[in-house]
Amino acid sequence: MQEIGLNHFLILGAVLFVCGVVCMATKRNAIGVLMGVELVLNGANVNFVAFAAYSADSAFSIESKVFALFVIVLAAAEAAIALAIVLNFYNNHMTVDVDTAEELKG
Amino acid sequence: MTDFLEEFLKPVLIAVIIASALVSFVAGSAVFFIWLERKVAGRIQDRLGPTRVGGKFGWLQTLADGIKLLVKEDVIPAAADKLLFRLGPYIAFCGSFAAFLALPFAKGVVAQNLNIAIFFMLAVMSTEVFGIILAGYGSGSKWSLFGGMREAAQLVSYEVPMAICVVIPVLVAGTLNLTEIAIQQSGPFWNWRLFHDPFTFGAFWTYFTCATASCKRAPFDLAEAESELVAGFHTEYSGLRWSFFFMAEYASMFAVSGIAVLLFLGGWNPGFLWFDLGDLGGNNNLLSFNVLNTNINVLNIIGQVISVVIFIAKGWLLVFVMVWVRWTLPRLRIDQVMMTCLKYLLPLSCMLLAGAAIWQVAMPALVQNWLRVPVGLLCVGAVIIVAFKMWTTRQQLPASGVSFDWKPSR
Amino acid sequence: MTVFPFLFWVIALLTAGCAVAVVVSQNVVRMAAWLLFALGGAAGVFFLLGADFVGATQLLVYVGGTLVLVVFGVMLTAQGPFISMKTSAAEWGISAVVGLLLFGVLAASLITATWQSSDVTKRLRSDMAESRDTVNVGKGFAGLEVGPAHNATNDTTAGSQNRVHTSYLLPFEIISVHLLVVLVGAAYLARAKRRRRGTEPLAMRS
Repeated sequence: MQEIGLNHFLILGAVLFVCGVVCMATKRNAIGVLMGVELVLNGANVNFVAFAAYSADSAFSIESKVFALFVIVLAAAEAAIALAIVLNFYNNHMTVDVDTAEELKG
Repeated sequence: MTDFLEEFLKPVLIAVIIASALVSFVAGSAVFFIWLERKVAGRIQDRLGPTRVGGKFGWLQTLADGIKLLVKEDVIPAAADKLLFRLGPYIAFCGSFAAFLALPFAKGVVAQNLNIAIFFMLAVMSTEVFGIILAGYGSGSKWSLFGGMREAAQLVSYEVPMAICVVIPVLVAGTLNLTEIAIQQSGPFWNWRLFHDPFTFGAFWTYFTCATASCKRAPFDLAEAESELVAGFHTEYSGLRWSFFFMAEYASMFAVSGIAVLLFLGGWNPGFLWFDLGDLGGNNNLLSFNVLNTNINVLNIIGQVISVVIFIAKGWLLVFVMVWVRWTLPRLRIDQVMMTCLKYLLPLSCMLLAGAAIWQVAMPALVQNWLRVPVGLLCVGAVIIVAFKMWTTRQQLPASGVSFDWKPSR
Repeated sequence: MTVFPFLFWVIALLTAGCAVAVVVSQNVVRMAAWLLFALGGAAGVFFLLGADFVGATQLLVYVGGTLVLVVFGVMLTAQGPFISMKTSAAEWGISAVVGLLLFGVLAASLITATWQSSDVTKRLRSDMAESRDTVNVGKGFAGLEVGPAHNATNDTTAGSQNRVHTSYLLPFEIISVHLLVVLVGAAYLARAKRRRRGTEPLAMRS
């Protein structure tokens, strides 16, 4: 309780990551799966920024923050494409249930 | 125990005091703006506005409105998603108020002197969109949903040219820190970034238009348009919840006006002094004395107070302009709103940014340093002449009869 | 610095709680609301760690951009039967077990690893006082060399002194082009098309 170390932030990042993975695995709504992806990326970002804050080497702390910035930007790009795909799927099949996306099965 | 008091309680107490001061100031400003809006609306429409509550000018009208809103019944529609319906106003409110954390009122008078002040303010104000989306969806009615989605699309679209127009004075100043930007504009009024080059001049008007749109004010106020969607996303809100939305709107009006004042209009500098008011009585120990181990420099405090008053006056002036524009111009349709943003303001702001960058690099130093003197003198001279003419022109009252007959022509 | 642990626990519990709520909630619009708070909590963590620029970018891009996009997607597809789609209990059980196992593996490896970390409180106090984060990130993106040092050439023989620092201008430009490509691609993918005749909804097939 007294001293918040690096491990505390890494555990927080791990919690966000695991929540994202479980969300991706269990949700039937395609957009729910996308929200899981966002949580995973945020867990990774929390890890990056925690390493940036706790590292002794100042050059490394800048690199880690820049990495986190790139992750944020790329997550935005990927969410845009994923939503476009989901909207296409919805327009063609009138549903966003991922359990019904079995046309290419077997 | 004293360790706990020193390390924990003191910062928390200071934070609570500063936050309360900010919230009280913004709430007080909102009270003033509501009264101002009704008076200005009245005068533009050739009537008087509120005149009954609190004296001849209706000073306490807002208080009466507030009491009425507090005692109204709290209605939640049956089809509403109760959690999201309740959550909407608070998200909008927090998004607006948190922006004041980084807004400097004078040289040392800022809640948190962030190095990324303007970026932080834009980022926090962009989370207001969620309050609107959740309110529109949570009301459980399709009109609210449509209104909320349209408003969200408008707000998100207008953030882009607004941010580009903000980058232009940041480019010239070389820092995102609002305190630094305002300090650079101290001295005579031609130091204000507004007159620095034609591109910052254009950027001010473009920024002000985008800021009006991002506060959902007329002529971009589809959400309040009674003739379109009843009342858009806040149709089902009544009483105190509705007033949270409107506090958020007036708070963000003052926040964007404050940003415009700091970036373009010289911040807290009065514009006719040759020294910086924050440096008043700098190392002068003539009027300073020691109380409880802290050095109180009276001249400095007087300088800061004058700076704060000047900043607030300039901010209120820009809010008055927003109110004035609301009651003058007709409302735009939603497709016209989006077209204005995407086809006109966005390319315009990109061209202004390119122009400002090229000006910084390519213009000779003489032009860069001295062009603003004649431009500033011209603009301020024009404003003074127009104001003088307005003040001295006699009002022409309508004639007492018509001079032609009213028979219908064949 | 005892405000720091207090703030950390408040923000961490808020973020983790909302992340769990995203998983547990059945209504997709409420999931979006909890995700908003989880992302806002992550931004709070970034501000707490002194990374102002990353925190503000998270609020502006992630919350104000990506999440608005996701919520628009939710609204466009939120017809009656799709708002709450329930997962079966067996799937919940298996996912919970897998999730807990994954969390156990991650936590165990994090705690048992030895990190070369410095005392953050002293650095945060001085860093936040001057807020150098923005300046350094800005320098990196402008091409000034502020990152970790590496060898300029591939010559790693002893005695080679060619060490330069990394700059981030090239990745920045690549990302700009990448975003442009993604914008065009997403606009093309999501354009309004006429529905082909003969395509019946999948849900109506037996």
